Amino acid sequence: MDIMVLIKQVPMSSDVGVDEETGVIKRESGDTKMNPYDLYALEAAFQTREKMGGTVSVLTMGPPQAEQVIREAFMMGADKGYLLTDRAFAGSDVLATSYALAQGIQSIGKFNLIICGKQTTDGDTAQVASECSEFLNIPCITNVTSIPEINNDSINVISDMGQTIETVKMLYPCMIAVDKEIYQPRLPSYRRKKLTLNQNITRLNLSNLDDKDNNQYGLDGSPTRVVKIFPPPVQDEKEIWNGESDQLADRLLNLLKDEKFYQGGI
Amino acid sequence: MSYIEINNDKLPDKTILEALCPFNSIEVSGEEVSINSSCRMCKLCVKNGPQGGFVFVENTVKTIDRSHWSGIAVFIEIEEHKIHPVSLEMIGKARELAQKAQQKVIALVIGNNLTNAAKELQYYQVDKVCAYDDKALNDFRIEPYTAVMEDFIHREKPAVFLVGGTTMGRNLAPRTAARFRTGLTADCTVLDIRENGELDQIRPAFGGNIMAHIQTPAHRPQFATVRYKIFPTPLRKNKTSGIIEYFSLPANKLTSSITVLDIHHKEKETHLENAEIIIAAGRGIGTQENLKLIDKLSNLLNAQVAGTRPMIESGLIDPRKQIGLSGRTVRPKLLIACGISGSVQFTAGMNSAERIIAINSDPNAAIFNTAHVGIVGDALEILPMLISNIESGKSLAMEAANV
Ligand SMILES: Cc1cc2nc3c(=O)[nH]c(=O)nc-3n(C[C@H](O)[C@H](O)[C@H](O)COP(=O)(O)OP(=O)(O)OC[C@H]3O[C@@H](n4cnc5c(N)ncnc54)[C@H](O)[C@@H]3O)c2cc1C
Ligand SMILES: Nc1ncnc2c1ncn2[C@@H]1O[C@H](COP(=O)(O)O)[C@@H](O)[C@H]1O
Repeated sequence: MDIMVLIKQVPMSSDVGVDEETGVIKRESGDTKMNPYDLYALEAAFQTREKMGGTVSVLTMGPPQAEQVIREAFMMGADKGYLLTDRAFAGSDVLATSYALAQGIQSIGKFNLIICGKQTTDGDTAQVASECSEFLNIPCITNVTSIPEINNDSINVISDMGQTIETVKMLYPCMIAVDKEIYQPRLPSYRRKKLTLNQNITRLNLSNLDDKDNNQYGLDGSPTRVVKIFPPPVQDEKEIWNGESDQLADRLLNLLKDEKFYQGGI
Repeated sequence: MSYIEINNDKLPDKTILEALCPFNSIEVSGEEVSINSSCRMCKLCVKNGPQGGFVFVENTVKTIDRSHWSGIAVFIEIEEHKIHPVSLEMIGKARELAQKAQQKVIALVIGNNLTNAAKELQYYQVDKVCAYDDKALNDFRIEPYTAVMEDFIHREKPAVFLVGGTTMGRNLAPRTAARFRTGLTADCTVLDIRENGELDQIRPAFGGNIMAHIQTPAHRPQFATVRYKIFPTPLRKNKTSGIIEYFSLPANKLTSSITVLDIHHKEKETHLENAEIIIAAGRGIGTQENLKLIDKLSNLLNAQVAGTRPMIESGLIDPRKQIGLSGRTVRPKLLIACGISGSVQFTAGMNSAERIIAINSDPNAAIFNTAHVGIVGDALEILPMLISNIESGKSLAMEAANV
């Protein structure tokens, strides 16, 4: 059974802000980490490999430094790592990202199961799995909370649909995007760290893909455009109360009563 | 290829460059400046960097003949033979956009035995309902549902496609958008339209305290998903409007490698979305012990308790009670935010509450930008006093004295 896991490197801190006066970006640090949701995707792959045998590959699209997350995946137990990196991918939106990932997967080989995290903490769209599955022409189930059964030709998964919980069977090849409940991710191991120190990471760029037309990637392959980024709007009908705690508590109770949120308890 | 050109001679001070980019895309090694593939083309380096240092070069400007695409389409999700309320909210928004751009509202409903649902939709001022009614569409399976979406788009050529941000919508919309190689903006919090039919999509972005304004200028349809409760539910009219058309697809288009084995209902939970009053706790409340204050107050006010993501992640509050971008969206009559800093990811889930009161000890907390009433103070002092005032009926006495 050959499994591919899509992982992404994201900024460590989400504390990015725009200075309202200058419009300049303020950020805490440039540190990065593996997208936390992808740890669950990796764990789902390892558990599946334990039952069925086979290999776990990981693929990430990103800058050269994104190798770090592949190393981390090696330390957790991944067998093969691929980094898809090319300046032609700069400015990719979800469509262009998903297309590049699908092209990357196809150039690497055939997989029974592709596993994604639920979402990234920087893009936070939770769309890459679905779009990528379309380009690969395979079915996809999202919000997968457990994998009750794995067979040679199919997988049974449980998906959270909001009001209902569905158990579905899906034939390979297929894609799932897993939720956090699925398994508790293992920690990177020191032993594996030493073992995998020199493990090869295969680099892919545009020239390795079937579709080499750079209009399909990066900004040119992205139908959406960020017109503007701006700080969140400010409530304009607001009042600010300052004072001693007891006064504030009294005022608050009066407000709750005046506006009939509290009926005097009778 | 469009790209950002780097003019090294206009960049005398290399030390300031990396900080220009929120995505760590600018790399400086020695005299060499480059932009890596994590670039989002937000162009902040062009705008805020040294004059002429970074220049945006756009080669091919794609265009589209907008006149071929018209109408605001809404995907109607059927859940246990009922219309999902988020779909009605989308119709309400679609009506508003349609008015402005002089276009029609077209509802697409997919499922089995749809007669009642299709008729019901007519009470919400749609111009047309397209119903794909087939036994093979009884359960949601991605391939046949996408085939239907595709057929519908070829038939109607809508300029805009609104889809509720449910599990189903968040799988179906991107899949169809990818098939048409068009754009999709997830979890929009504001939608507006220009007279020429260009959709303005606004959402919190890049995992930071930033909003992004996004357009899909040269591709159609313009797909957007919106979470439940972001937009208000439109009124049900007493008379029907519009027409219903039924369509079908050949059986070979409705096959799937997915079999639904079992569907069961989640335990009935008290939905946060339906609460009239919510008391939300953030990291400023912190501990289990302090949360008792929140519980007590919520009992006295007949409210539900909710929290920010850190409170959920530390296991203090039930995950179903998370408010925000990756939690629930609520629009209660009253929300009291206690010890919450007010990040966009949190406020995206609650800023349409009718009345927002925030208690925070930091006068500069961002939550005061969202709150109607901002109380600068220590919640751990104010809440116990408020609770004991309510319990002792102090304010009743005060009121009596005022009369
Ligand atoms: C992609 C993404 C999605 C996210 N989704 C969500 C989401 O859905 N929901 C969500 O909530 N967050 C979400 N977050 C996290 C979000 O960015 C913030 O980190 C989080 O909301 C902060 O929670 P907080 O306000 O409880 O904590 P903090 O930011 O730590 O704020 C605590 C506040 O309490 C105040 N305080 C401290 N002591 C007291 C006291 N005694 N009395 C009064 N005030 C006090 C402090 O002044 C401070 O303002 C998301 C982040 C990302 C990147
Ligand atoms: N650049 C990328 N490289 C590899 N995988 C990615 C990338 N972007 C997104 N993914 C995968 O898609 C999932 C959803 O991402 P998103 O749609 O950005 O929220 C992630 O959890 C990853 O599994």
